[in-house]
Amino acid sequence: MMINRKQQPEVNPLDRYRLTEPEVYTLTNGIKVVQFDAGTQELVRIEFIFRAGSWFQANNFTSLATNLMLREGTKFHTSQQLSDSLDFYGAHLETTAEKDNAYITLYTLNKHLPYTLPLLEEIIKHASFPESEFAIFVGKQRQMLQVNMEKVNFVARTKFNPLLFGKSHPYGNFLTVNDIDNFNYTDLAGFHKAHYNAANCTIMVAGKVDPQLPSLLSDAFGGSDWMDVKPSVLTFDVKPETGKTHYLAKDNALQSAIRIGRLLFDRHHEDYMGMKVLNTIIGGYFGSRLMSNLREDKGYTYGIGSAVIPLQHSGYFFISCEVGSDTTDDALKQIEIEMARLCIDLVPETELKLVRNYMLGSFLRGIDGPFAMADNYRDVMENGFGNDFHYAMLETIRSITPLQLKQLAIKYLNPAEMYQLVVGKETK
Amino acid sequence: MITFDRFTLDNGLNVIVHNDTSTPLVAVNILYDVGSRDEDPNRTGFAHLFEHLMFGGSANIPKYDEPLERVGGENNAFTNNDITNYYLTIPKENIETAFWLESDRMFDLAFSEKSFDVQRNVVVEEFRQNYLNQPYGDAWLLLRPLAYKVHPYQWSTIGKDISQIENAEMDEVKAFYKKYYNPCNAIMVVAGDVTTDEVRELTEKWFGPIRKGEPLLRSLPAEPAQEEARSITAERNVPFDSLYKAWHMCGRLDPEFYATDLISDLLSAGQSGRLYQELVKKQQLFSDLNAFISGDVDAGLFVITGKLMKGVNFKDVEKAIAVQLEKICTEAANETELRKVKNRMESMMAFSEMRILDKAMNLAYYELLGDAGLINQIIEKYEQVKASEIMEQAQKILKPTNCSTLYYKAI
Repeated sequence: MMINRKQQPEVNPLDRYRLTEPEVYTLTNGIKVVQFDAGTQELVRIEFIFRAGSWFQANNFTSLATNLMLREGTKFHTSQQLSDSLDFYGAHLETTAEKDNAYITLYTLNKHLPYTLPLLEEIIKHASFPESEFAIFVGKQRQMLQVNMEKVNFVARTKFNPLLFGKSHPYGNFLTVNDIDNFNYTDLAGFHKAHYNAANCTIMVAGKVDPQLPSLLSDAFGGSDWMDVKPSVLTFDVKPETGKTHYLAKDNALQSAIRIGRLLFDRHHEDYMGMKVLNTIIGGYFGSRLMSNLREDKGYTYGIGSAVIPLQHSGYFFISCEVGSDTTDDALKQIEIEMARLCIDLVPETELKLVRNYMLGSFLRGIDGPFAMADNYRDVMENGFGNDFHYAMLETIRSITPLQLKQLAIKYLNPAEMYQLVVGKETK
Repeated sequence: MITFDRFTLDNGLNVIVHNDTSTPLVAVNILYDVGSRDEDPNRTGFAHLFEHLMFGGSANIPKYDEPLERVGGENNAFTNNDITNYYLTIPKENIETAFWLESDRMFDLAFSEKSFDVQRNVVVEEFRQNYLNQPYGDAWLLLRPLAYKVHPYQWSTIGKDISQIENAEMDEVKAFYKKYYNPCNAIMVVAGDVTTDEVRELTEKWFGPIRKGEPLLRSLPAEPAQEEARSITAERNVPFDSLYKAWHMCGRLDPEFYATDLISDLLSAGQSGRLYQELVKKQQLFSDLNAFISGDVDAGLFVITGKLMKGVNFKDVEKAIAVQLEKICTEAANETELRKVKNRMESMMAFSEMRILDKAMNLAYYELLGDAGLINQIIEKYEQVKASEIMEQAQKILKPTNCSTLYYKAI
């Protein structure tokens, strides 16, 4: 049989989208549990989401330090004993603090649940923040931050958001060595009590759910012993920098890190979904305008990308890359050209069709396996949505028009309204 | 337990099929048995540069990525010392596009001069971004040639230095393709909601007509035993001193591999590892400290690396590490500690098989090692390791004369 290698095989439409609805139940004390029972391996991921991100801290470092110190000792066990036990059962504990929320995630084989879940309970409820452990922790964090500050990409990442939100806004502030040195250790216990409690928490379960898990969860976390008042939601004013173009010197850097972007909005905004599509076109996939121009046509960079970041109370858009010092100026010009083009010309139908299908495929990748399903759901749940949001997003991907995209570009990709930060060697 | 079927085409292409009906995606992984160890010492970084060129157009398809994105697929690739691995995920209804794309670039490449120029630049920027413009980024570029004097593991996948990539010529690249990118030198895994018959039909249709090519005969020089301690000092503008120590160990297929791997786990797996507890937490000599094995197919390296706390010197930390190594060489690990590292292995294996793509990649790698079925035997191999075997391997490997040390000094 002769085959035609020049011709792409039939392209079939992607319309099989059955999103799995999670099982949702409530523990006696009111904690909501969102559960995805899927997968083939006898294991589970249990994630606790606390509204305990940097939004809620009075002093820099409080949210992060409290979160990372949880595992460093409890009323009943030392840090080493906790690590020994978790490792003995092959469990993995992740602690993360972000801007809005803080997370504690346990990865465990089902057969060890009766041992690993009580450890998690102890760490969450009875963390004791030993002072000696804190001293070690601070030494490590301090050095880690100092190493990171030597990376142009890290500096650009931390110094960009203050331009959009202002340094004193929780979305704009960043950690300094000074913050670590001046931190008051006694903040930890107070922050823990106020924010890591049953009134301020949601649980997500993903994996092959063992029949005994709900009752184990209920025994460990369903009681009234760790209730507290829900912390009030604080508000902050966004105070952007007045100047748009910024440069930070890093002598003998071989490459500059570039960050360009602007304030946007959270998932509730009417333009949010359209901006996700526009973002994909400009910098959201390998074939994007920016990748095609700066990498695949000019070879300026190993990679360039853009993203729309939704937060609880706001959001932003940014483009980022690292480019050779000698090509930084032209890279900036090319980025501007790509933004301007989208404001002037309609996106061709063939390109839009490709992007629609790429995004539909990404959608499937986003629900491959129980962990992906849970991540996908958690993202929108944090803004108060459920799968309805995803179905609406699918509809936008399928129906958005070139004209609507151009209107969005005019509104949100106007180069004159972008903040720009370059970290690297001076070239001009 | 991961089940699979296997068949081989007449041209030698080895195909593994894993059926998993729980996912809407199909993963296709093609592993070419060529890595940076196969490079000419004057043309290092070539295997990796070549990986980039594989996306620059093939005989009948001008651009690889576009048609894949058009049907909702996504792909990437990586190169290491041993292999070059290409992988993609695609919605099941468009699976044939994957066969069309992958077979055409195994059939013949046709990237342009321009694509060649651009990708050379991209790789140079990658070199700068990941190795030169990062604090401590060049450590492995220094450590490898210290530890290896003969074997091609002496250079990193990115290459010895940028100039070798900058000077790459079109005809050299073509010869490289002809030598290594043949069906008989590749392993394809297709995983997802697919049947073996369906995969066989598509594979025969698209890959069947491809030339067989010359089978590869690899004969790499074995690294001779190291007889005396080696060290170098690098002075760099970084915030803290950093220590890198590497000992020669066995290859991936040697029976003692599993015991050796468990030495690194006893020392440094999880936060309960001995090095972390003793030297980071108790003695506070390091801000971070890790022990790991390179995991290469040929005889590899057992590595300990860490950043020193400010005010601590190399001599003191080396002494403290030596105490821990002495202990692991002379005292058998107790039941509980041994159980711990084995339990961790079991758990890590289970969590590494969560996504369809992970399963496809793992199957391809084990098939390269000789049998995809190894994937179901690994846990048992770790289970069988005795404390005495760990001690024996530690004594054999962790000798000062077998060690290469890089003192990465902050100035």
